[in-house]
Amino acid sequence: MSARYDQTPVIQTKQLVKRYGSVTAIDHADFELYPGEILAVIGDNGAGKSSLIKALSGALIPDSGEVLLDGKPVHFSSPMEARELGIETVYQNLAISPALNISDNLFLGREIRKPGILGSLFRMLDKKAMEQRARDKMSELGLMTIQNISQAVESLSGGQRQGVAVARSALFGSKVVIMDEPTAALGVKESRRVLNLIKEVRDRGLPIILISHNMPHVFEVADRIHIHRLGKRAAVVTPESHSMSDAVAIMTGAMDVSDEPTQAA
Amino acid sequence: MSSTDQKPSTAVLDHDKVADQAQTYEAKFESQVTPLQRFQKFLHKYPVAAPSIVLLLAVLAFSIIVGDRFLHPFNLSLVLQQVTIIGVIGIAQTLIILTAGIDLSVGAIMVLVSVVMGRMAVDYGFEAWLALLIGIAAGAVAGFINGQLITRMKLPPFIATLGSWNVFFALNLWYSKSETIRSQDISAMAPLLQWLGETINVFGARLTYGSILMLGLFFIIWYALNWTAWGRHVYATGDDPAAAKLAGIRTDRVLLSVYVLAGVVCAIGAWVLIGRIGSVSPQAGYTTNLDSITAVVIGGCSLFGGRGSIYGTLIGALVVGVFRNGLALAGVDVLWQEFTVGILIIVAVGVDQWIRRGTA
Repeated sequence: MSARYDQTPVIQTKQLVKRYGSVTAIDHADFELYPGEILAVIGDNGAGKSSLIKALSGALIPDSGEVLLDGKPVHFSSPMEARELGIETVYQNLAISPALNISDNLFLGREIRKPGILGSLFRMLDKKAMEQRARDKMSELGLMTIQNISQAVESLSGGQRQGVAVARSALFGSKVVIMDEPTAALGVKESRRVLNLIKEVRDRGLPIILISHNMPHVFEVADRIHIHRLGKRAAVVTPESHSMSDAVAIMTGAMDVSDEPTQAA
Repeated sequence: MSSTDQKPSTAVLDHDKVADQAQTYEAKFESQVTPLQRFQKFLHKYPVAAPSIVLLLAVLAFSIIVGDRFLHPFNLSLVLQQVTIIGVIGIAQTLIILTAGIDLSVGAIMVLVSVVMGRMAVDYGFEAWLALLIGIAAGAVAGFINGQLITRMKLPPFIATLGSWNVFFALNLWYSKSETIRSQDISAMAPLLQWLGETINVFGARLTYGSILMLGLFFIIWYALNWTAWGRHVYATGDDPAAAKLAGIRTDRVLLSVYVLAGVVCAIGAWVLIGRIGSVSPQAGYTTNLDSITAVVIGGCSLFGGRGSIYGTLIGALVVGVFRNGLALAGVDVLWQEFTVGILIIVAVGVDQWIRRGTA
């Protein structure tokens, strides 16, 4: 594990705040993701995990505080802007179009056109180039158990669909991949594959933010675990320093961590 | 979470063990594919297959029942002429149904535009090509209005176009003063408007330029749907708009472009209509909107969006044309034509549901 925690965080938030009326979804939250790590984000329902993640992926505009990318402040007004800066999100519902094929899905919204007049005047897609790059990426990530790159995504299993979504983020993400509950809808065997895939992406140099409720999965793959409670960070632990029960205790407020005191409710 | 107090290492071991077992279960499960399921998968993969089979069977049946009269090139080209308007309007309808919408106003746009074209050329004495261009612009504006109602005001397409259907139809009656523009006036002032009704002889078949234009339009839209990013976005928007949005597609723009394009295609349909009936009648094409939906549905396009092929609509229109023509030649009462088309619609939608259930 080459994550070095004295480097500049790849993505960081400082004192981030987001309120919805009288509800404070993000309450002065700090967050750091370092190069080359898998950082799990856990928290009880309503702790504000998804709001935090939305702020990182550009789906939500914070009221105050800042988001830093490679140490520089950034202001996303849409997920597209975050994507252009290399932040890819694998949504829980995968943002995949079932009727389209794998290659079409990987390049959805970012299609490659043929060179020359075919591409410029007739807007013709370069299907060959897209299929080739799709095939390369899928086999690079060990996903080529999928036989045919031009088969419709709806013919794939849940794990394979997840694989397609991860491959897409790995294809375009240059800074961070955010994964929202990647194993929630999967069976045991498929979860294993996806966890291996997550490690594979990390080992290729892309840091990952992993949101999950599944403690065994979190403890298996994460380098560090960000525990979110009441709209802010309650603690950052590692699978080595704390057990799953400790993590759950911090998450629910049953245990206080001295260096990151939880707020008295 | 029952396993929270386990140590991570044991959890991993358990996972692997169970995963191995799961593999054997899965292998057993996959071997139980019946021929019917395989057929279902085949239809799902090739949406044009089902209507093509129906078309072939219909042609076969009528050539047995009616005989040579049906299979004669002249009769077949007649069928093609009869489906030309439905085919063109069906193209517009397919685009919209692919986005999980529906357009009840297509027929009204067509008639309104035909009146605009006719009056521009005959009453105002504009050059025929200019009258055509103004008509096409009017079609685009009509489609733009539908698109705005749906993307900006978030009205359901069914309701938005139910409203605009009535509005366009009333405008058509007002602008035409409920009067027909006579065929001889058009041929005297602007013969170009009737040009699509002229025929050329191909091996005893009499093809109209309108039919050829329709086939050309099918090709252009097929290309746009299958070989451009826009086409992929149309499918993605209809398939799962939320997913498409998350993938970075501006779905509202896609929808708006689809409605405008549909309006333009309807305007081209208006030109074909003038060619077919020679005159401009504000009462023409009253059932075209429903007929176009029929063609699209029989062509295997899913009303839930994202699934279907533009060629399915051509085949769907031909199926309707063949049934009507064949039944008429067999001397069957017109009411049974309507009956048959109705049954075809119900069967087509039933088959679509069945296909989707099998592989969703």
